[in-house]
This record gives sequence, structure tokens and C-alpha cells, in this order.
Amino acid sequence: MTQVKPYGDTLNDGAVQLSFTLPIPWDEAADEAARRLVGAMGFTDVAVVDGRPIASGFSFFVVYARTPVAIDVSAIRAPAATRQALTMEQVDELIATRLGRKVKIAGACIGTDAHTVGIDAILNMKGYKGDYGLERYRGFDVYNLGSQIAVEDLVRFAGANGVDAILASQVVTQKGSDVANFTALAELLEAENLRERVLLIAGGPRVTNLLAAELGYDAGFGRGTLPSEVATFIARRLVERVAA
Amino acid sequence: MELRIDADAVARARRLAAAIVDPIAAFIDRHSTLSVERAVARLCGVDGVDGDGVPLPNRLVDALPRREDGLARALGAACAETGRTPQQAAEAVAAGEPLADPARTPEIATRAALRPWVERGLARIDAARREREALLARLPQDEPPLLYVIVASGNIYEDRTAAIAAAEAGAQIVAVIRSTAQSLLDYVPYGATTEGFGGTYATQENFRIMRAALDDVSERLGRYVMLTNYASGLCMPEIAATAALERLDMLLNDSMYGILFRDINMQRTFVDQHFSRRLNARSGIVINTGEDNYLTTADAVEQAPAVLASQFVNEAFAHRAGLPDAQIGLGDAYEIDPDREDGFLLQVAQAQLARQIFPNAPLKYMPPTKHMTGDVFKGHLIDAMFNLTSVMTGQTIHLCGMLTEAIHTPFLGDRALALDNARYVMRTARHFGDEIAIKPGGRIERRAQDVLAGAVRILDGVAERGLMRAIEDGTFADVRRPREGGRGFEGVFAKGEDYWNPFADALAEESVPA
Repeated sequence: MTQVKPYGDTLNDGAVQLSFTLPIPWDEAADEAARRLVGAMGFTDVAVVDGRPIASGFSFFVVYARTPVAIDVSAIRAPAATRQALTMEQVDELIATRLGRKVKIAGACIGTDAHTVGIDAILNMKGYKGDYGLERYRGFDVYNLGSQIAVEDLVRFAGANGVDAILASQVVTQKGSDVANFTALAELLEAENLRERVLLIAGGPRVTNLLAAELGYDAGFGRGTLPSEVATFIARRLVERVAA
Repeated sequence: MELRIDADAVARARRLAAAIVDPIAAFIDRHSTLSVERAVARLCGVDGVDGDGVPLPNRLVDALPRREDGLARALGAACAETGRTPQQAAEAVAAGEPLADPARTPEIATRAALRPWVERGLARIDAARREREALLARLPQDEPPLLYVIVASGNIYEDRTAAIAAAEAGAQIVAVIRSTAQSLLDYVPYGATTEGFGGTYATQENFRIMRAALDDVSERLGRYVMLTNYASGLCMPEIAATAALERLDMLLNDSMYGILFRDINMQRTFVDQHFSRRLNARSGIVINTGEDNYLTTADAVEQAPAVLASQFVNEAFAHRAGLPDAQIGLGDAYEIDPDREDGFLLQVAQAQLARQIFPNAPLKYMPPTKHMTGDVFKGHLIDAMFNLTSVMTGQTIHLCGMLTEAIHTPFLGDRALALDNARYVMRTARHFGDEIAIKPGGRIERRAQDVLAGAVRILDGVAERGLMRAIEDGTFADVRRPREGGRGFEGVFAKGEDYWNPFADALAEESVPA
């Protein structure tokens, strides 16, 4: 099957659910406005199953509808950075035997972002969901620079300490601040002639590997990523570079 | 429902917390900070910015000939010598005039010149407090848990729209989240602001805009809607001063949060939190402490004793600053992994434990964030369990969880759904907690007893080493902070023999033991 549509209860029924707010008071006409709006989006069989006022001048709707559109999934490539993850012991073994030295990693929540929950889950010894953080690996020397780190400071640190991999984290995405910060970091590394020397990795709940690739990063890790997945990527990629 | 807990252990924890805080209180008495001094300027009526956008309180403090004497002495001397008002004196400094050495002015003249401005500042704070009390009497709130939502668009005018909509949908408290970098700014931005990341700058004008909008909607709805902001970071005392003047009702204010989670120097934080809380006490503002942060950065089950230990320490610091129990909103959060069997039981144990140990404190209960993934349907369900825990254990300040947590700052519709969720659960289970008994010796009670014992062990260790040493050793949240490291240390100074802070003097006089 290549042409795929959303599945409600029958193949190719194209069923979707939507919910949204309109900045108008609620009445029967508001329901009709919501129905027509969803129709104008290209959906058919539009049913406004719930419409109600949520404040003066604002209405909320839950809508079911069908889409006539299908997508050819055979043409889509979005490789995850996480192939099969190794265990901590396997990563340490790989680093010890193939690199013969410790790998230096610097992590930070860059720009004005103060949300360290993601970078801490990956780096802190305790880790996440029973998967130990990178600080616990024998093969890694980890520097967690913390929150609100200017990209200039991170690049300076990486250059001065001969860092092998940089982990940049962004949780706040308002007005594209995450993409702006990620881009600034990549550009500054280029300008300082450090880009080729480091693995550059983006992380955050809204990050995908595809987005990271578009921004010129080596990998991107999104929500639910385990520390061992990041560790595996770093170790394998550095070993590949040595082999190449 | 009632847990059987060891009253001796609770009393012991309080004694230990007092012993931990006493040496810090002595340190606080001997020191001041640039932010405390800037707060003094604001309370004397100094406001506005210079041509480069630098706030006048900063210009004044930077111009102090001898900072160990405090700002009041120099400002009072300037007013006495020139006949200017504090605002005019600040404008003169901004225009390039130096501040004269206050030692040249007789102390009696200095004090006399500043006294009317000090009295006016205190009178404004007292008037705001009386106005709040009158409004609450005339427009009573719904019963707790008080539903609290955040607005965080970055634009104060969008925030105003969101706040009004939230109030209409049932919110009783609205907090304006600050722009992420503000805690690290060593000044308070000025004027109405429309740009911010992950939040909106806290400024005096933004406070006024929100207060006016919420007063308006309070009248319309017939119930008072409270306004909250953040007295944390490098400008804690100035925010407390501004909030007192503009009748905010609550402030996030923690005795250790900035040290651990923002790398702000510990000496700076201890001195700043004390003066802030003195102001909060006078202005009737309820503080919200930040224990939820221990749970979001580490395992929530393991950290439960640390949360309780921190609550005891926050309470002890608050009492030292004259805050009565009714103004101490101790924090906790619903952050246990949803995949854990009986996690709900552990949450109930922790929430009920805090309720019984701090019976008169308006406890602040924070929603799940760490395990919210983007699955909005599951997120809405976890929030419902959080809502149930809150109503059955009698929490007071209830920050409504958003189904879109971890996706974006809340949409207007997200807030309405969250409020609907909370109102439904709290209505349908309103008296559930009164009707059930906790099984003696069962899982919930045993857990509560373990957490209490764990908190006493932590406090024991901290009391032995001293709080500053304990923080240096990484006792709290596994974070190590050196005594002289972190941001803002250069702004801490020892008071000189001639130091004078008329507000600190006035606020200390009427301190109420809780």
C-alpha cells in the first residue's frame, strides 16, 4: 500500500478529528462558521460535534471530518538518528577498543532557554526511565554547562576544551527562538572553524532528526529519547570517522 | 481523611529548620544587596529610565559614593541638601550629577528629608492591602482549591485578553509567566512590553495593565480574581516592592530556588529573599514556594523527602521575615511517573502529609509536566488525577495542568479545557476527602511516614553542616553551588556602621510571629 489516508473504522475513510477556538461569540451561526471553515480546508462530511462558548467573544469546537487527500508513503525518507541502541557497557567497550581515549561532551540549554529537563535527562548520571545518563559512562567526559548559555560561551568552551560532541537543547519554541538559537550555534561553529571537528547534536521535545539535518546538525533527538540512544550515536559516528 | 504521623518528628523537623535558618538570619542582618537598595529607591517613588533605557534606581545605586551606608542615606542627604524629591534627585544623577558623600549632611536632616517619602511608600503599600481586603469582602472568591492558570504570550496586551477569558472560564488566579531570561537581569525592565520569550517581562506598567483588567473582570463576575508574578532572580526585592505598590496578590518566592536552579549566588539570594518577604508580609501578598522544581529535575519518588525538608526551610525563613502561615504557600507537585504502579497513592500520601503538617498554609499544588509527552488525550487524563488529588487533600492554590504541556505555551482554548477538567473533578469529588479514612498502616500511611522520616534525616544533616555548606555539597537537587560563586555575588555587601534602610526598620518592627 503506497497511497495512505487516515483510518477511522474503514480503510480509506479519511477520518480526522480537529479542535480549535474561534474569536467569535458562540451561537448556532458559530457552529455553522466552524463547519464551513473546515470545509474550506478541503475536508468533506464535516460534523461539528461540540461547539460552545469558552469566554466572551471566544468559542471552542470539536469537529470530525473526512479528507479526500492521500499520501504516497513509499516516497518518504526520515531516518531516525537512533538506529539500534547499544547498552552502556557496549558503548564504553566500543569507545575503549576503537578510539582508545575518552570522548569529551559538552551539553547546554542555549540562548535564553532555562528548561534543563531534557539535557539533564540525557546527561545526569541518574538518566531517564532507568537508562543511565552519559555522566555515568566510563567512555565519556561530560560537561553540563546548564541553562541560558550564550552560543558564544558554548563555542568558546568547546574550542578551549577540545570537545568531541556538542549537545544543544531547546525546549521553548515561541516565535521560532529554538531554530534561531540552533542556527546561531551552527553558524558560529562554522565561523570559528570548529564545525568539522565536533559532532553537533540538537535535542528538545519539538526537535526531529529531519529538522536537525536541515539546520546542518549531525543529528536531532526528540521527545522520549533515552541517553543510551544519544550515546550510541556519538560512539558509532566517532568510530566511523576514525575508520574513514 | 487523616494520616497518623509522628508529631514528635514534625516538631523535631521544625526545630532543625529553625536551627538551620538562625545562622543565615544573622548573616542576613549584617548584609545588604544592590537589589535591596534599588527596592528602597522604588519605594521612595523613584521610577523611570534614562536616555539609554537604564532604570533610574540602577543609576542611583551605581552612583553611591559609599554603598555600605545604603541608598537611603545618600538619597536622603541629596534631598536635604537640594530640596529635591527622590525622583528629581534620581533624574539629576541620570543627567550626570554625582551623589554627594552623605557623611557631610547631618543625620537628623537626612532622615527628616526622606521621612515623608518613606511614609508615603508605606502608606501606598498599606492602601493596596486594605483595598484587596475590601474587594475580597465584597467579591468573595470561590472555595479552594483556587484555580490558577498562567498566561505567557510575551505580549502584555495578548496576556490581558487571555487573562480575561480565563477568568470567565473559571480561573481565580492568573499568573503572568516572565520572559525566560528575566531572572538573570540585574534590573527591572520598564514600561508596557510586547516582546518576550516563553513569557512576558515583569514591569510596573505591565502589572498595572493586568491589575486593571482583572479588577474589571472581578466586578463583572462578582468574585475577586488574583494576580501573580515572580519575585525571584536577581531583582527579587524590587519585584516585591513593585508588586506591593500595584496590588499583586501572590508572588513566586523561594528561599533557595534561585541558588539551585538559576545559579544565583547564595548570599545574594538569602539577603534578597528576606527583604522581599518582609515586604510581602506588610503587603499581604501570599508567597508561592518552588519545591516542584526538585521533582521536575530528578526522580519524584526519591525526591519527596527533599520536598518536605525544603518546605520546612522555606517556612522557617518566611517566619523570620514576619510572614504569617496564611501567607506561606508551600509548594509541591504531581510528578510521579504515570507508569509506576500505585503512583497515585504516593501522590495522595505526599499531598495529605503536607496538608497535615502545615494546616494553616495555603499550599500550592503544581501539575504534572515532566511526564507530559504531547499525547494530549493522556495528558488530560493525568491532569484529572492531579485534580482529584488536590481536592481530596484540600490543597489551596491549584495550578491547572494543561493538556498541551510540553507542546506550547497555553492556547486560549487549552486553558478553557483545563479549567473545565478541574471544575468537573472538584465538583464531583468535592467532599470525597471528608468521607474516606486512610487505612491505618496501609500503603499511603506508610509512605507518608517514610517521607517524614526522610525529611528529618535530610534536615539533621543540613543542621549539622550548616545550610551554606550543605548547598556547596550538593545536598539539594544534587546541585553544588559555591558560597562565593554564581550570579550576583558582586552585588552583596556588608552593612557599614552608618547603614540605614528605613523600610527594613519599619517592616522589622511590626513582624508578626506566626
